[in-house]
Amino acid sequence: MCILSPVNMEHERTMNIRHAGWMAVAILLGSMVGGCRSTRPPATGPAASPPSEADAATGATAELESLYWARRDSARTRFTSADVRFMTGMIVHHAQALVMSALAPTHDAGPAVRRLTARILNAQRDEIATMQHWLRARGQVVPEIEIDGLTLKVTGVDERMMHMPGMLTDEQLRELDAARGPDFDRLFLKYMIQHHRGAVTMVDELFRTDGAGQDELAFKLASDINVDQRTEIARMERMLDRLSGASRDR
Amino acid sequence: MKGHVFLRRPIFRTLSLLAAALLGLSACAPRPVAQTASAAMTAPPAVTAPPAAAPDPDPRVGLRAGLFDAEEAVWNLRKLSSTPPPEAFLGVTNSDLAFKDHYAIQGNYNGIQVWDLTNPASPSLVTEYVCPASQSDVSVYKNLLFVSGEGLGGRLDCGAEGVPEAVSKDRLRGIRIFDITDIRNPQYIANVQTCRGSHTHSVLKDPNDDENVYVYVSGSAPVRPEEELPGCSAAPPDEDPNSALFRIEIIKVPLAHPEQAAVVSSPRIFEGLVAPPRHGMAPDDLAELEAARARGAFIVEIFGQERVLPDGFVAPMLAAFARERGNDAPTAADSAAFREALPGIIKKRFGIKDDDAGEDAGPKPGPTQCHDITLYPEIGRAGGACEGYGLLLDITDPIHPKRMDAVADSNFSYWHSATFNNDGTKVLFSDEWGGGGQPKCRASDPKEWGADAIFTIENGKMRFQNYYKLPAPQTPQENCVAHNGSLIPIPGRDVMVQAWYQGGISVFDWTDPAHPVEIAFHDRGPISADHMEMGGSWSVYWYNGLIVSSEIARGLDVFELVPSAYLTENEIAAARTVRLDYLNTQGQPKYVWPATFALARAYLDQLERSKGLAADRIAAARQALSAAEGASGEARREALTKLADTLEAQARASGDAAKVRKLASVVRDLG
Repeated sequence: MCILSPVNMEHERTMNIRHAGWMAVAILLGSMVGGCRSTRPPATGPAASPPSEADAATGATAELESLYWARRDSARTRFTSADVRFMTGMIVHHAQALVMSALAPTHDAGPAVRRLTARILNAQRDEIATMQHWLRARGQVVPEIEIDGLTLKVTGVDERMMHMPGMLTDEQLRELDAARGPDFDRLFLKYMIQHHRGAVTMVDELFRTDGAGQDELAFKLASDINVDQRTEIARMERMLDRLSGASRDR
Repeated sequence: MKGHVFLRRPIFRTLSLLAAALLGLSACAPRPVAQTASAAMTAPPAVTAPPAAAPDPDPRVGLRAGLFDAEEAVWNLRKLSSTPPPEAFLGVTNSDLAFKDHYAIQGNYNGIQVWDLTNPASPSLVTEYVCPASQSDVSVYKNLLFVSGEGLGGRLDCGAEGVPEAVSKDRLRGIRIFDITDIRNPQYIANVQTCRGSHTHSVLKDPNDDENVYVYVSGSAPVRPEEELPGCSAAPPDEDPNSALFRIEIIKVPLAHPEQAAVVSSPRIFEGLVAPPRHGMAPDDLAELEAARARGAFIVEIFGQERVLPDGFVAPMLAAFARERGNDAPTAADSAAFREALPGIIKKRFGIKDDDAGEDAGPKPGPTQCHDITLYPEIGRAGGACEGYGLLLDITDPIHPKRMDAVADSNFSYWHSATFNNDGTKVLFSDEWGGGGQPKCRASDPKEWGADAIFTIENGKMRFQNYYKLPAPQTPQENCVAHNGSLIPIPGRDVMVQAWYQGGISVFDWTDPAHPVEIAFHDRGPISADHMEMGGSWSVYWYNGLIVSSEIARGLDVFELVPSAYLTENEIAAARTVRLDYLNTQGQPKYVWPATFALARAYLDQLERSKGLAADRIAAARQALSAAEGASGEARREALTKLADTLEAQARASGDAAKVRKLASVVRDLG
């Protein structure tokens, strides 16, 4: 097990506040009055007026805020290479779900599958963004994805990551691409169940790894993916059941 | 591996300084807002068609970002205080709330905090108990406090160093039990370990059992290895009858010996669950279908839903059909006959089963667990929010809950929690689409997704009525989806306050389940303007006149209702007469209103709003009430009895006879 230290931290607001205390105080002074947009006083430097009770309160809140961001920063140091591999692999995995789901409108999918794919596109795009942010905030290589039809291009990952559990082979993708209407629905459900099961396997593997999932966000994200995809598998199995009858291929 | 490596920075602040800062925050006038109380009092309108609509443009759009200094918008609420977390809990997720006496107990992934709400404008922290484990869902019963542990880093010894090993004897996943006889000094007295840990839990006080309470445990994380907790199995139930999947856990806690608390049953409430009926299509689907029907497209029913068959799909089938009838090219007659034969052709081609046949095809993949269960012991029912299903359970036998009904919804992603209305005729389920860490309230996100679904309960069956979703679009920097809330005891109406994470809190009326209406809100700008930082209201509950919100990052917010066109001062006063000794929202209490003048006046306001009683009769009743309130002894009793008689006589002709009789009964009880 290894603990990867954040290197190459991105420059975001949290960092500025941590590393430039006086600037943070100035910003906070400027916006201390919360909701009162109209009564907001002009920003002043920290030493512009003699200390008063209000200034002391402002200072206390500023201290609290800088402590908050420091905590958030330090919370980002509790991750392992297993967490990083999970996030990286899951980005690729999710990206293929986007490829598959994006086919629905042009492949005459039915309303139930169209709704399902719209939700998968929405949910997994957001989760990809979350995972990219997670990696970026920890100074890790961030996979960027580019989708053109069936072609999925991912930069920043090695070849092994392109074959996570449950991912469709090129042949399976082409088969899906060739189907239309109810045939597409049936094949989509079959392959997306396979795909989701792979994601659940990835979560199971993560949680079986020493040191993994101690990072709060990593645990939450992996748990959310686990329950969401299990729930969706059950839903898709019901849909497939209705569609395929006894000949269902399980 | 080292756990919490907090960067320590010098802190010179004191709580009183903070209080001063926060009073400064709450004292300022937030953005536009609201009607005056007096206007509302003189002309309370009907809830369903209010003359005074919600503020437009919505002041929740475009709020400036900030952690403790975000811009705020508030409507029909008054913020009494915002109190940041104590240092030990700062920067760590605040979670659920429970209440006991005048205390709010706030869970945090680092432990528990207890706030004294005696002065709601300045809550004081009386207990900080560091004992890390997510999600620290909290419940109380008498001297006992129950806390959920699910995360992999929770330790039996409450240490903050986490548990790096995948298998460890130090790990706690399950329920921690504390004795809070002295709430300032909780004693950690017992643990009950469970196979999936405890994401949430619900405490059941059975009206027929005064010696035990029962804790229903919902765990949504993967099953722990058997080497860590013997007996835990993640195999499917048909391979291992002791599988920890497809079940919930019930812990029995003997009140005299809470240290003997143990799992007493693991009911498989999902067994035999078949696909329940969908409630229908979304409006845009329906519009598309109707347009296709109008242009003569072929439409066929596939698994219970009509769908348009694409031309490219139909053309070869029609051609083959025509050839069979001896025509090289389809004729109009072929086309008509084909249209008629189509359902059969489709069924044959795709082997579609009828619903009934489908149910015989063996066990279906059902949910493996619940996310949360709301127990309502006074009506003997529970609402289970279980993955892809909403369940109605009979809990009259606490350790053997029975499923009465199940609903699913093609717009619902992940059934999260349930809230009954007070008389148990409706239930509202929330959909925590995206798990709470995603921004699902953007203008581009469908209104039916990540929303509430409202059902009426008729003869033990749930019937879908409508969705409710926070109406104000939020930014991509704000995690937002339906989350925890509670009923507000407005007599005669179903009013609820609900947390939407960084979408803020929303108070809405769902008396008419098909037309829920927002009547109050509070919202802040995002924590960060440039990325999504987890925050917002995790839970917001009504407790003894206060609306208390657990803010994930910012601490504890306390609000009170302000009279408006939607809610009169009398209705709020009547709500305040409902006093609880404790509250676990997931063990829903039945609200009972004592007979008060406020209650009588609240009913009169409602009758005025609904035009259930003529204006002159309402005016006369108000006058008679005031006169009686000013009188005493026999004169008062006589006046009230006379008014009650009058109202009862008027009930028959009223458009809302039931409410007039309720009013008459309150007036009689006052006498």
